[in-house]
Amino acid sequence: MESGKNFIVGIFDDESVLLSAVKKIRGSDVKIHECYTPYPVHGLDDELGYKRSRISIAAFMFGITGTCLAFLMMIYMMGIDWPMIIGGKDHIAIPSFIPVVFEVTVLLSALGMVATFFVISNLKPYAKPVTFDIRSTDDKHVMAIDLAKNKKSTNELSSLLKDSGAVEINEKKF
Amino acid sequence: MEVTSPVREVLVTGNKTYHDVSHDICRHVEAKPNPKWMAAMALSLGALFTGGYALAITLWDGIGMWGLNKTIGWAWDITNFVWWVGIGHAGTLISAVLLLFRQKWRTSINRAAEAMTIFAVICALLFPLIHTGRPWLSFYWFVPIPNTWGSLWVNFHSPLLWDFFAISTYFTVSLVFWFIGLIPDFATIRDRATNKISKAIYGALSFGWDGAAKTWQRYETVSLVLAGLATPLVLSVHTIVSMDFATSVIPGWHTTIFPPYFVAGAIFSGFAMVLTLMLVTRKVYNLEDYITINHIELMNIIIMITGSIVGVAYITELFMAWYSGVQYEQYAFLNRATGPYWWAYWAMMTCNVISPQLFWFKKIRTSLWATFILSIVVNIGMWFERFVIIVTSLHRDYLPSSWAMFSPTIYDMGIYLFSFGLFFTLFFSFAKFFPVINMAEIKSVLKSSSGEIENKK
Repeated sequence: MESGKNFIVGIFDDESVLLSAVKKIRGSDVKIHECYTPYPVHGLDDELGYKRSRISIAAFMFGITGTCLAFLMMIYMMGIDWPMIIGGKDHIAIPSFIPVVFEVTVLLSALGMVATFFVISNLKPYAKPVTFDIRSTDDKHVMAIDLAKNKKSTNELSSLLKDSGAVEINEKKF
Repeated sequence: MEVTSPVREVLVTGNKTYHDVSHDICRHVEAKPNPKWMAAMALSLGALFTGGYALAITLWDGIGMWGLNKTIGWAWDITNFVWWVGIGHAGTLISAVLLLFRQKWRTSINRAAEAMTIFAVICALLFPLIHTGRPWLSFYWFVPIPNTWGSLWVNFHSPLLWDFFAISTYFTVSLVFWFIGLIPDFATIRDRATNKISKAIYGALSFGWDGAAKTWQRYETVSLVLAGLATPLVLSVHTIVSMDFATSVIPGWHTTIFPPYFVAGAIFSGFAMVLTLMLVTRKVYNLEDYITINHIELMNIIIMITGSIVGVAYITELFMAWYSGVQYEQYAFLNRATGPYWWAYWAMMTCNVISPQLFWFKKIRTSLWATFILSIVVNIGMWFERFVIIVTSLHRDYLPSSWAMFSPTIYDMGIYLFSFGLFFTLFFSFAKFFPVINMAEIKSVLKSSSGEIENKK
């Protein structure tokens, strides 16, 4: 995050108050920077207007890649590079390849999806968390509004947050 | 959103607030190790090193140190392997299958159960690895890597190879699933930490988690897809383990019922081990409000159901042996029940089929002591099940001149002890340094099913 940004931060006690607050604040033409919650609040992504995550498509793509790679690997090794007759089976015996194909599909799909998740959400061991309020990982829901991106003044935003049920309103500079 | 079914009992008792949840779980991570923990850790390290001697001798002198003979080439090693893999089934079942079925009671137990799964699979992997005799070369036998013999590739038609792929995939995916769930909780510990070292360690482990709504949305999608992937995976692992036996032509192994029967047995023993561990953890960490009698009862019901499935499978095996009209098959089963290993067979029958039926009584399935004792009995039974399947089928070879008995040496026993030492060392380390209950998930069900809402009604 670039330095010199000003935020106004509303702290909420309860998830249903937060949800109605998000609705009200977005309704009065204010852009919310982001909400930070200690646990997944259902419906919050809809209220904030976030689109459905496409990460499951990534998982599918990785899975398909795994399926193809596993088939190609086994067809090459068992059928082309060093064909051997084992148990009277064909060199390329698809049924006996299925278990490994399934496992490789699942493995690649899971690892690929999780890697995608880490990259797009910027999760890595040395990443610095954006902490608007330290209690957001414990028991408080936090709503951050970027002052530069809104026309309303600090006072107007504060009273708007207060009216929507925020128990505490702070300012935060990054 | 605040509606709960009136027939459901609350999941978290004691009117907990969100902060109470963080505090109740994190304080064990933050506190200095208590003497009880140190004693338990010393005991498991003792088992680890005592058993480690047997392992070292086996690696140095070879598997001739074991009690195997020409007829019985597979015994305790594979018994222990299948036993540990079976135990390793509960964790991912609880976190994946119960997630798909929206069973919210899983939130209190999934973390510890997944940890147990991962540690059990580590113990399981040990046995085939050392049974290869030269573990340092075993990469060429399990993994398709180019080598100087041609390349002479691994045999993809072999169930043993499928097994390697199944278990290593299961281990990796379970580990990833577990870690994803841990990230938000590590962030909670990081933000509560007061000293520099734990702040740095949990900071790195939490991957810079901040709980942004967008990240939570992706997190939930990832969890759901991982659950969808892990569900067939759980079922595939023990299915493929059973194929190690079922695709052979040994009487008593060559049965099509093996895959579902092994999966049911695995869930059975896995839940029993989860109960054994959770009852102790609950007591030591005062988690009675999170792991309630209700949770224990639900797990006991699963044990009862899977135990009954296993019982039906045993009886089906006997019926099929008779009905098939195959002499060899009939002898194998008659020999199991009445031959020289009758005691192992009846130990298995008593522990696995009869003992879980006690859970039909509500008094027994809601009693902590009864649950604790039966959970251990179940795992003794499941060990005998594998021993019976493996050893009794092998010890009567096709030629009576090759008939033999198996007796374990101290090295067989020592390595089994080693695996216990390893398992408990890992589990106790987890219980001390990791949050034993998934705080974020508990918080997400707190509002809809805690005592506080109950009082308002």
